[in-house]
Amino acid sequence: MSREVIILGEVRKGNIHPVTYELLAWGKGVSEKLKTELSALILGYNLKNLEEVIHYGADKVYYFEHPRLDIFNPEVYAEVLVPFIKEIEPNIVLAGATTTGRTIMPYLAGKLKAGLTADCTSLDIEEETGLLLQTRPAIGGNVLATIKTPNSKPQMATVRPKGKKPLEKDTKRDGEIEIIKPYINLNFRIERLDFKPREEEVSLVDAEVVISGGKGLKEPRNLSLLFDISKLIDSSAVGASRAVVDMGWIGYPHQVGLSGKTVNPKVYIAVGISGAVQHLAGMMNSESIIAINKDPEAPIFQIADLGIIGDALEILPILKRKLEERKNNV
Amino acid sequence: MNIYVLVKQVPATDKVKIDETTGTMKREEVEAVINPLDLYAIEASLQIKEMCKGEVNITSISMGPPKAEEVLKEAISMGCDRGILLSDKAFAGADTWATSYTIATLIKKLEPFSLIITGERATDGETGQVGPSLAGQLDLPIVTYTSRIVEINNEYVIVERETEDGTEILRMRLPGVISVTKAIGEPRLPTLKGKIKARDTKIDVFDLEKLGVKKEEVGLLGSLTRVVKVFYPKVSRAGRKIRVKDPEEAVNSIIEFLQERGIL
Repeated sequence: MSREVIILGEVRKGNIHPVTYELLAWGKGVSEKLKTELSALILGYNLKNLEEVIHYGADKVYYFEHPRLDIFNPEVYAEVLVPFIKEIEPNIVLAGATTTGRTIMPYLAGKLKAGLTADCTSLDIEEETGLLLQTRPAIGGNVLATIKTPNSKPQMATVRPKGKKPLEKDTKRDGEIEIIKPYINLNFRIERLDFKPREEEVSLVDAEVVISGGKGLKEPRNLSLLFDISKLIDSSAVGASRAVVDMGWIGYPHQVGLSGKTVNPKVYIAVGISGAVQHLAGMMNSESIIAINKDPEAPIFQIADLGIIGDALEILPILKRKLEERKNNV
Repeated sequence: MNIYVLVKQVPATDKVKIDETTGTMKREEVEAVINPLDLYAIEASLQIKEMCKGEVNITSISMGPPKAEEVLKEAISMGCDRGILLSDKAFAGADTWATSYTIATLIKKLEPFSLIITGERATDGETGQVGPSLAGQLDLPIVTYTSRIVEINNEYVIVERETEDGTEILRMRLPGVISVTKAIGEPRLPTLKGKIKARDTKIDVFDLEKLGVKKEEVGLLGSLTRVVKVFYPKVSRAGRKIRVKDPEEAVNSIIEFLQERGIL
């Protein structure tokens, strides 16, 4: 049996985050080709539903349980993961391209001297060598690059969230859960003093629908229309173009694009955004795109599945009203 | 207090040309600028200098061709004190591990420091991996996605960190590494005094020999990953454009679209 494929699951607020199940689907894709086991690493405290990790595709779960693993801390994670990875020598380690994955993976790779590819949108196995082929967009999505790690193990990659659907949940799947209670040196250098939860219900990168506003909204106060509409659509969040963030209409956490966040929701609604290349870089992998813009020549229409040439400020209030009516009729 | 700020020179235009056989960027053909997100790292260092009332020495560090000296001069014109450029043909083609290794080797040779500051990521490679990898290699603590510096002294820094779920307030013992986002604050513009200083400041250049590493340890040879193929994505979407005279009709098509995809 060749060495295993491992995914680093993600735990947020005491629960296993769905990106873990997407990672299992990614991992399965490569472990099946390599005819090897797929394992999941879960770090946390008092976690429930670990069997779900098996149901979604893991052959084995290594559950590291410790009160200090309750929240993400790169030092504590590394203290647990570095010796573990050195001991079991996995072939491949995958994590989500989230704030956690994009921190811990390069931190570990630096310590392990392992090759790491960021933010992959496709993974495959090279037939002749069995090496992991990691494909990722670069330079604002202008190009895709396929990368491999030829001479060192593990081969590490972060994969873009929402890039793959989890496997069908199978409650009859069998697997092993190994609970490990690690010793953790408590003299670490980073300490969380406080936490302010985000005000919005859904985070931009997790949302199934992202409704983003640009300069076409004319005035900062019109952004409130987007928030009103977002409240009426389940699992939705409000994004923005760089232009309106730079003008101070809305905070940086909402910025979508090359110097902001990359999102790939089921539906991306671009309102009054012309579609500069830098913006497209952050949203063009969305499953579907609706664009509303007055200018029929706006580049955003080239990638929109539904392009509406019209005035957003006339359309949005009606959309809001109709969504309210629907909500009240349910 | 010594602070090291990492800056990178990146291609300015959106129409970057790629050599499809080697998979590397044709950097010569496009105008090069400072990575826009690194301006926020510089800004963060200058904020700290103000908070500490002047006893802060900021060194900007870059790796790249001789021309990358420009971004270090720009950093000085904004208020950094000096610049160091890692430049040697042998450094070319480095992946994030080899880049971090090269910078780590340099930093071990420099004076002790309190903080290394990086931007969130560069707009060309878009990995954001060099900061954390460097921290890993130097065995330093790291805070990524830093949105605000609350307090700093010689012992520790208190910062805010933006995650998907909210804002963490973290205290990190120094020395350490932080990567900052745009939320840190609008980068200040170069001053006339700064520009004169930049003109008169000599950038310290470290080549392979001065750094004291073997060429197998750095650049493409020292890299753990290899680009095997570069290609242009095909964006083809079966778009339909509706020209609406009637906003009601537009709204109906949006609602229908959302229904088809199981959103409503």
